[in-house]
Amino acid sequence: MKIIFLLIGISLIVALGFLMAFLWAVKSGQYEDEYTPSVRILFDQQTKNTTDD
Amino acid sequence: MEFYGMEMVPEIETATSCYHCGENCDAELVKLEEKTFCCEGCKMVFEILQENDLCTYYDLENNPGLSLKGKRTTTYAYLEEKEVQEKLLTFSNGHLSKVSLHLPQIHCSSCIWLLENLYKLHPGITQSQVNFPKKTIYLTFEQEQTSLRKIVELLASIGYAPTINYSQLESKEQVNKDHSLTYKLGVTGFLFGNIMLISFPEYLGLQASVYATWFGYLNIAMALPLLLYSGSDYLRSAYYGLRQGHLNIDVPVSLGMLALFGRSLYEILSHTGAGYFDSLAGLIFFLLVGKWFQGKTYHNLSFERDYKSYFPIATLVKRKKDWVSTPLNKVEIGDQLLIKNGELIPADAKISKGVAHIDYSFVSGEEELITKRLGDRIFAGGKLQGGSIEVTVSRKVEHSYLTQLWNDQAFKKDKFEGKQSRLANQIAKFFTIVILSIAGLTFWYWWRIDSSIAFNAFTAVLIIACPCAVALAIPFTYGNVLRMLARHQFYVRHTQVIEALQSITHIVLDKTGTLTDNRQLSLQYEGDELPEAFKRAVKSMVVQSSHPLSVGIARLLSTSEILDQQVSVTEIPGKGLEAVIKGKTYRLGSAHFVGVEQNHRKGVFLQVEGEIKGLFTYKNQYRNTLDSFIADLRQLFKLSLLSGDNNQELEYLSPYFDADDQLHFNQSPQDKLTYIQSLQQEEAIVLMLGDGINDAGALQQSHVGVVLTEDINNFTPASDAILGAAQFGQFPALIRYIRQSKWVVYFAYAIAACYNVVGLSYAVQGLLSPVVAAILMPLSAITIVIIGVGGSWWLAQRNLGSVGDKNHQWV
Repeated sequence: MKIIFLLIGISLIVALGFLMAFLWAVKSGQYEDEYTPSVRILFDQQTKNTTDD
Repeated sequence: MEFYGMEMVPEIETATSCYHCGENCDAELVKLEEKTFCCEGCKMVFEILQENDLCTYYDLENNPGLSLKGKRTTTYAYLEEKEVQEKLLTFSNGHLSKVSLHLPQIHCSSCIWLLENLYKLHPGITQSQVNFPKKTIYLTFEQEQTSLRKIVELLASIGYAPTINYSQLESKEQVNKDHSLTYKLGVTGFLFGNIMLISFPEYLGLQASVYATWFGYLNIAMALPLLLYSGSDYLRSAYYGLRQGHLNIDVPVSLGMLALFGRSLYEILSHTGAGYFDSLAGLIFFLLVGKWFQGKTYHNLSFERDYKSYFPIATLVKRKKDWVSTPLNKVEIGDQLLIKNGELIPADAKISKGVAHIDYSFVSGEEELITKRLGDRIFAGGKLQGGSIEVTVSRKVEHSYLTQLWNDQAFKKDKFEGKQSRLANQIAKFFTIVILSIAGLTFWYWWRIDSSIAFNAFTAVLIIACPCAVALAIPFTYGNVLRMLARHQFYVRHTQVIEALQSITHIVLDKTGTLTDNRQLSLQYEGDELPEAFKRAVKSMVVQSSHPLSVGIARLLSTSEILDQQVSVTEIPGKGLEAVIKGKTYRLGSAHFVGVEQNHRKGVFLQVEGEIKGLFTYKNQYRNTLDSFIADLRQLFKLSLLSGDNNQELEYLSPYFDADDQLHFNQSPQDKLTYIQSLQQEEAIVLMLGDGINDAGALQQSHVGVVLTEDINNFTPASDAILGAAQFGQFPALIRYIRQSKWVVYFAYAIAACYNVVGLSYAVQGLLSPVVAAILMPLSAITIVIIGVGGSWWLAQRNLGSVGDKNHQWV
């Protein structure tokens, strides 16, 4: 059961990795605007081709 | 297929609305293909979009356009100046430039779509991105292909004229959102989850021998940043508070934190227990969430905008022989300025050429044009109508009359400490003392019986006694109240204002623009009966003018149709309209204009071929909810009315007010300020409801200054709250709601007291285990949050009816 130390250790490292990712995201402006991207993804790409359905 | 036997149902006339902006086309109807528009401006924007294949704009929302009716074109010549560009561009490398512009008109997804597709309208723009909450657009453009001025002119032509303020020129500080709370939340959440994970075996009562020590050390390692980083704000605040001799809310909180940390550290290192780090993490996490929630009621309005925003930022100054566009801060005394029609007068000056017709509604609230001639002094803040004038600057902008009102030292508003904050601070003091005494007593009691329990019980008391309610109740409750209010277009600056609003004893009302609706003038016609031909002629004249009286007359003549051929109308500002239609000369204007002797009749005279046919009289139109508004408010507060007008309206207004209420007329901005001060000296807590700069000083001086505005985005300087004009009738209900919300806070405090009693009963018996603490503390915090948010939401339903307009609330 001593393997659990290793497992806990790894899980903590993974969790730390996610924390780092979060901090980097905040720093690079991910949370500057929380509303506009939600609207932006709903815009259609204007293509000249006709769609199948 | 035909239905026989069915009656012919008469066609119901529906009002036609503009395809672009949705406003009624009652005064003027412009047609293109199958669509109707309310004015040439809207039609033009439609044509621009259609040409460039951007009609998806209209698919995303109904009538997404912004009305261009009567909008004056501003000149953007000053954007060519290198100096101005330097201040406004965020980046430039000679080839590509970036700029961020504030567009207050952004209000829907169509706006976002159009503005992000701007590159299709203008070849020089490489990309554009919109930040909807901030109502800002970030543009990148190629300097060889286009210029800042052209871009701004384009934006103005499609209805999104950017606001470029004087204060932007002054300093280039970019207020970047402070993310330290977000960082703390992320880290604390991480620590909270992982510490709880590591503490799990303890909850299950497992005797994990070897692991216990290692897990314990891991917990310590995680608890250190928890205390020193996540909890730093509270520790620091408590420390500084104590240094200055104050016992604030953060003191018991910090005491609890340190007790938790200390005891847990001891237990783990001496192998006597598992510690309480999970409770510590939970406590700090909830406290930070409370802070975040309160901060989230951020409004898209700038509350600190000051008077400078009303001034154009550059003006034409005579340098040698030429008129040069100069930034405002470079204008000196003695400079010659050229001011054109529609522009604001940027400084106190003396007229050197031309006759000025000035609209001082910003300053005095009255729309009557003031005429000034050669040699007269004119004051900054007025808007010039009609022909351009040349003036000599007599006082620099900082020293103008308006500035004096602002810089008056009487203005620094004292921080108003509301009853709940005071209560919270009192509870904090009381709490700390009581808890320390209970802890002391417990220790003393157990020491004599069984000394090992004594130390445990002592720290247990310190741990479980949670002043969370005190720290959480107000942020969550009033934070939510702010959101509820925002949904009803009542934007309150922050929770302190809520507390001030609960203590108001006296309400002072401004008249013009507040009790009266500036957008409605009830016009009536007196005089000879007009044949239809005349009516059509008059209608054709007035539709070409955007003056409020012209618009009113057009509405009065709504049944008449405009003449087919274009009528050429001359508008003489300050005087009236003149046109020759079918050989006859029509004149519509002031008594002086049509050659009638000055009598006391106020109105627009109609003269045809030299003969006076009649008079259009107008009255200030009061808001239709005025009755219930005054009646409701009078039940709770003393009322006063202040007006810059003369007392013509006294008779009309008297029935609304009581004998004890005070009505004052002919008030200058300074008079209004002095009146508020006199009320405050009598210990009244004053709220002022006004609409513009002419009561700006009074608004600052009162305990709560509320600004009533037609257009949420174009409003005044510093005020504590903004109310959308459409919600005027709701104001009494909003105040009632705010006053009732304090009961939610008190209730939350009561519940918290119960939790503390339960927890303490465990603690003093020495029966407190980490599990009990881990359950009770988060539970109490969550309960407070639910009471605060749920209670304020429920009260809003009761008092304000619907949940309001979610699109107007920007949270």
